[in-house]
Parts: sequence; structure tokens; C-alpha cells
Amino acid sequence: MADTAASAHDLTPAATVRAADARWRVIARNAFPFIVVGVIWEIVALAQVFPPRLFPPLEVIGATFWRLTASGILPHHAFDTLLRLFAGFSLAAIVGVAIGILMGRSRLAEDVVLPLVSIGAPIPGIAYAPLFLLWFGLGNVSTVLLVAFVSTFPIIFNTWTGVKAVKEIWVRSAQAMGADNRRLFRHVILPGALPYILTGLRLGLAQAWRILVGVEMLAAVSWGMGWMIFGAREFLNTDVMLAGVAVIGMIGLALEKLVFQRLEDYTVVRWGMITS
Amino acid sequence: MTIATLTSESPERKERAERWRSGLRAAAALLVVAAIYEAFARSGLFPPALVPTLPKILHTLVASLMDGTLIVHAMMTLYRVLFGLGLAIVVAIPLGILMARFKPVENFVLPLASALMPIPSLAWVPVFILWFGLGNTVAIAIVFYAATFPMLLNTWSGVRAVNPLWLRAAGAMGAAETDLFWKVIIPGASPFIITGVRQAFLRAWIAVVGAEMLAASDFGLGWVIYDAKEFLNADLMMASLIVIGAIGFVFERLVFGSLEKATVARWGMVRTAKS
Repeated sequence: MADTAASAHDLTPAATVRAADARWRVIARNAFPFIVVGVIWEIVALAQVFPPRLFPPLEVIGATFWRLTASGILPHHAFDTLLRLFAGFSLAAIVGVAIGILMGRSRLAEDVVLPLVSIGAPIPGIAYAPLFLLWFGLGNVSTVLLVAFVSTFPIIFNTWTGVKAVKEIWVRSAQAMGADNRRLFRHVILPGALPYILTGLRLGLAQAWRILVGVEMLAAVSWGMGWMIFGAREFLNTDVMLAGVAVIGMIGLALEKLVFQRLEDYTVVRWGMITS
Repeated sequence: MTIATLTSESPERKERAERWRSGLRAAAALLVVAAIYEAFARSGLFPPALVPTLPKILHTLVASLMDGTLIVHAMMTLYRVLFGLGLAIVVAIPLGILMARFKPVENFVLPLASALMPIPSLAWVPVFILWFGLGNTVAIAIVFYAATFPMLLNTWSGVRAVNPLWLRAAGAMGAAETDLFWKVIIPGASPFIITGVRQAFLRAWIAVVGAEMLAASDFGLGWVIYDAKEFLNADLMMASLIVIGAIGFVFERLVFGSLEKATVARWGMVRTAKS
């Protein structure tokens, strides 16, 4: 977050040196807390305050990480998890945006769908997991459907709010200038609602991600990060678990930084709907 | 609510008629969905154990509420959520304030928080099971983990968002450091803090149900649902789902709604809370 401020400075020769200097300082500042925590972890682990099987030192976790990555096990788990995430999320995005727009444009749809959505939304998605497992069996189908189900709600709500928030005067002036329904939708309503829709998609993806790992543990899929760390419990492989948790964190971070910030920069920020 | 304000230009009677029609349509929609479900359940296309009829679900719900089992489980779940949430409030709000007021604290905590935040709380369940054993501690620790970050970040941005003009004005009027803190910074940041608590509760509520399922702790609504799967008790599952939804709804609307009304709305800062 902080490094965008540094790169915003103009790049005269003297300033380049200063900018490089400042960038190093930012890196050092961000690395410092991790070093402190790492050293404390290392001390606690090596002093064997806890059994080493349960609290492995960092180098063991690192070695496990390399071993699992080199043998292709970890990438396979991660890939399957991502595949499920995107399958579920795409389903949710298509259905959620469609329902949300329908609700925003038609009073009838709003009246019919809103009570159903309001009843379903306050129940945490993971609570449905056993029901889905009962109905659709263990494995992929339940996992993907549940992820889709869970992430649909924020997408519907935000899309609906977004379409409602499109200024009436924009719609009326477009109509007065002779826009037909299709052009009204494409050029006024969709761009107007897009900041909200993107927020909804973002929330939906975050929700899906938060649920997915837990669902994988429950659904006993054969590959997947959740199953990997949950299965490692049986053998007290804390190093495998912690390596897995680290990878989960990296995937989560990448989703946020690479997928959504990019998407936002290319659309709503460029159109000047929000300032970045 | 927003609909009412949008159509405020039309006469009041027309608006009331519209609201009536909305209510009727909503009721009709619910009835139709219930009827479709009931038809499915009675059609015999699916095993009745998997798709119980509505009267059966209701019967199970009432029976398990009456004999107290579901209430005990709900109490257990609530205890875990509130314990973890309380812990998170005690840790995260002071830490968030410190972060906003002192740069070194921010420099230290923020990178750690942004590294931990993308890890879903449920990913920690197996690790915590090994560390703390099955049972209450795991669930509470997971709730704490899930609730801390939204609270921390909201408090932090809330304190930072306090208008510097207010601080300078209060300072010019001779407010001491403690007055400044209690009378300007805390009320100024409170919309954000309350939003934080709200988000934290939602996350905690998800986390506790998942943790109870995975950490098999013999008590709690999550465990009831998960255990019911083993015996194909879909009716009990749906009854607990209803209870979970009801508790979530009550907290979201009544507890936090009235909390908001008692604080930020009364202080006239509800616009910031909504945005």
C-alpha cells in the first residue's frame, strides 16, 4: 500500500536515488515485524517449549514446503482448490448479477426475491454444508455448489443496490435523448452500477474463499488445500499444515491484489467513478 | 426503507398502497416456494429422510426447542461466539487506536495483519486442534482470529478518519489529551468501530459454526448439524439452520441496530456509518 506513494514522485536523477532509498526503507520497514515474529517463533521452537512435532521450527516448515512443491503435491492441491473457487464463483457471479439487475429494474422481481434472499443471507454458508453433502454427496459437486451459493448473496445485494443507486436523472436524460432499453442498460445502468457490482463480486469472492477451505475439510475431496491440512492432522504433521496455511494465505493475498485491484483499475477508476 | 425515500415525491397514500402490494407479493412468493418444496418432499422423487416435509421440520424444531436440547446447544454456540468476540474487542480496539495514533505501532502491526488477514479462519482449525485439543478452546480461538481483523482495521481507519479540524478546534479550546481522546477521537471513530464489531460478529458467526463442525466438540449448533448428517436427520439439520439464522438475524438487526441507534445515530453521525 505504502509503495504507491513512493512511485508517484517525479523521477529526476537526484530524486531517483532518493526514491530508491525510500523504497528500500519501505521494504525494510515491512520486513522488520516478520523478522521479529520469526525470531521469536524460532526461539520458542528450538527451546522446545512445546513438542517439536506440534511446533516445528521455521526451517522444517520451509523444507516441507520445498519437498511438497518439488514433488508436485502442493501445486496439485492448490490448483484443485483454485479450480473449485473459480467454478463456484463464476456460477455465483453470473446468477447473482443477473438476479440483482432484475431486482433493481423490476418491482415485481424485487418483491418476490428480496424476502427469499433476506431469509437465506443471515445463515452462515458453512452451516448449509452438511445439508449439501447429504443432497449432492461428498466431493466436488457439493463443494462448488456451496461456494456458489454462499457467494451469490453479497453479489445479489450489491448489484441490486447499485442498479437502484443509478441516478434517476441519468436514466431520464438518456431516455430523453432517445436511448432504447438496450442502450440504456449498456451505457447508463451497467456503468452506473458497476462500482457496486464490483464491490459485490469482491465480497462474494472473499466470502467464497473463506468458506471453501472449510468445506473442503468437510467434503472429503481427494485434492485441495483444505483437505491437505485437515488430513495432515491425523499424522500430527504440523509442518505440512503450516506450509499449507502459508500457501492459503498467499493465494488469498494474490486474489485480492492481482484480481480485484487490477479489475478496478481497468474499469471504474479509469471511468472516473471512484478515485483510487 | 430506501424505496420509501426514493418515491417520497408521490403522495403518501399511494406509497402505502405500494408497500401493501410489496408485502402481499413477498408473502405470496414465500408461500409459493414453500408449496413447491412441500410438493417436492411429498412427491417421493427423493428419499423422505433427505427432504423432510415442512410440518416435520416444524415439529422437530418445536420439539427440540421444548425439551431444551437445541437451546442448550444454542447457548453453547453463543457462549463461544461472545467469548471470542469479547476477547477480540478487548485486543483489537486498543491496538487499532494505538496503530492510528503511533506510527511505529502501525509500521509493526500492519504488515503482520495484512499477511494474516487473507488466511481464512477455518484454515487454522486443524492446526488449533493439534495445539489446543478438541473442544471449546479451538472454537473460541477461531472466533477470536476471525473477529480480530475486521475490528482492528475498522478501528484503525476510524481513528485516522477523525477530522483533523475537530482535533485542532478541541485543542484550541484547551482540551487536555484525555478529553481529546474520550470526547473527540472515540465518538469520531465510533461509526467505524461499530461497523467493525458488526463485521466481526458476522465473521465470528461463520467461524464458530465451521469450527464446531470440524472440531467435533459435542456441543453447539454446528455440531448438531454435522452430527445429524451421520443419522440422515435432515429435519433436525433444517431446524438448527433456522435457529442459526434466527440468532444471526437477531444480533444483526436488534443488537447492532439498537447499538447504532444509541450511539452514532444519536450523535448525528449515521451518514458516515452508512457509507
